Amino acid sequence: MLEVADLSFGFPGRTIGRDVSFTLGAGQVMCVLGPNGGGKTTLFRTVLGLLQAHGGIIRLEEAPLPSLGRNAIARRAGYVPQGHSAYFAYSVREFVLMGRTAHVGAFASPGKTDHAAAERALASVGIAHLAEKPVTEISSGERQLALVARALAQEPRILVLDEPTASLDFGNQVRVLERMSALARSGIAILFSSHDPDHAFLCADRALLLAEGRVLEIGPPREVIRPDTLERMYGVSVQVMPLPGGAHTCLPAIGRVL
Amino acid sequence: MTRASYLAASLALLALVATAFAVGRYPVSLSELVSMLAGQPVPATVETVVFQVRGPRVLAALLVGAALAAAGTAYQGMFRNSLVSPDILGVSTGAALGAVLAIFLSKNVLLTQAFAFAGGLAAVGLVYAVGSRLRGHDPLLALVLTGVVIGTLLGSAIALLKVLADPHNQLPAITFWLLGSLAAISPRDLMAAAPLAFMGLVPMMLFRWRMNLLALPDDEARALGVDTRRLRAVVVVCATLMTASVVAISGIIGWIGLLIPHAARLLVGPDFARLLPLAMLLGAAFMLAVDTLCRTLATIEVPPGVLTALIGTPLFLWLFALARRSW
Repeated sequence: MLEVADLSFGFPGRTIGRDVSFTLGAGQVMCVLGPNGGGKTTLFRTVLGLLQAHGGIIRLEEAPLPSLGRNAIARRAGYVPQGHSAYFAYSVREFVLMGRTAHVGAFASPGKTDHAAAERALASVGIAHLAEKPVTEISSGERQLALVARALAQEPRILVLDEPTASLDFGNQVRVLERMSALARSGIAILFSSHDPDHAFLCADRALLLAEGRVLEIGPPREVIRPDTLERMYGVSVQVMPLPGGAHTCLPAIGRVL
Repeated sequence: MTRASYLAASLALLALVATAFAVGRYPVSLSELVSMLAGQPVPATVETVVFQVRGPRVLAALLVGAALAAAGTAYQGMFRNSLVSPDILGVSTGAALGAVLAIFLSKNVLLTQAFAFAGGLAAVGLVYAVGSRLRGHDPLLALVLTGVVIGTLLGSAIALLKVLADPHNQLPAITFWLLGSLAAISPRDLMAAAPLAFMGLVPMMLFRWRMNLLALPDDEARALGVDTRRLRAVVVVCATLMTASVVAISGIIGWIGLLIPHAARLLVGPDFARLLPLAMLLGAAFMLAVDTLCRTLATIEVPPGVLTALIGTPLFLWLFALARRSW
């Protein structure tokens, strides 16, 4: 579904990452871990065609990315950016409806199908009760859920989420992770980034460890999330503990910062 | 709320139009207006006043108000900033420079209008060409900054021409133009400006829903499937065409493009499809009210540029206090 080969990426005139390769199939979940400034957001923006790749190949559902227009990309891939600073007081419903852009004709307004899709998206992240509220007057966690709902209204085959749990409380974090797992089960490919390696353990099939723009390791979370890789990425000492039932969790060793 | 706002604005506009036709140096009674509408015979003087004197002027006020409000609404959405007016990319300054230059060179009214229109288009063209070449910056910021900088440059050219102008002959004409006026509007002016303004309005109406996407951060709008560069270019062309065509016949009239979009947004929210028609109604009503005051307040004509600011400033502050943060 999503195929990335030998990708180098960055901003115009400044390459910040190179040699990134991975594929993501239908229903698979991949978690990108890495330190601040490691290139996660830039990688995502490049994969979505928002930044031009500096080299390598990106394919969305077989089609090379540069051959696709904005509308065609939007029908394939949805994007949940990291936080959204709302300026105008659109209602949450109007905001989520904007997710339908790629399905609405250039001169048209959203129709019945679009409204139905928006309502489904609102309900599926549990914010149907906020539909009438202005996006400027809800909490940042609720706004994050609205962003997820907007991307779902897009009905994409691939969902790219940039730190979708960053501003959420514990309950909402778990809800978003659950939602991502459910979406993956319905066949959507999911690429997300997180600052919490436990999120990779919880819902990812594979983890991609990105440091200084290069892939440190890529593979099943249990194989690549190890004390040594975490120390290399974050510069802190971490234990990876097996839990009863086969799960794993990361436990930082406070007071032993390297 | 939406329906009530539209109804109230339409009724207010109708009442204002009736008032505008009725009041003035030669008062026309409401019953005379009604009989004229019904096709009954009225005194010839009444007919002349209504059709020749007040008709073009009322229509011009409606056109100017609606066009400036529409352009302001589009720009505030696109620039994600409610302090933006249609002048942000230099259209008014360019038009002013064109007009001042024409007045400096001749006394031809037609030439002044043509120069003003061309000046407005040229200024925005220059700003857009330079601003969109400043890569590696936020495209909107680059446009605004270029607009401000080039606007200042054009402003100093206007200042220079004012210094060089003949203080008895040309300078009053220049000052008069810069404050705006609908006093000398002829049917021919209307015939020239209205189609151009309408040409600017049509794409805005067609893209009325999609315009909302421009209020999102650039990345988000693009990820949702909008070619933001192209849509922004459409908006700039439309808003410029609308502003330049009316400014060419009215001179500089401030505040409407800044204030009216706020008022409309306060009433119906930010959705462009609902916002644009209401802003145009309110803009037309505000301009007509101001212009009617301009010609009835005193024995001399008060320039609308003065009155819009006099009324606009307190109104703006009141709206700002009222809205808190929900625009």
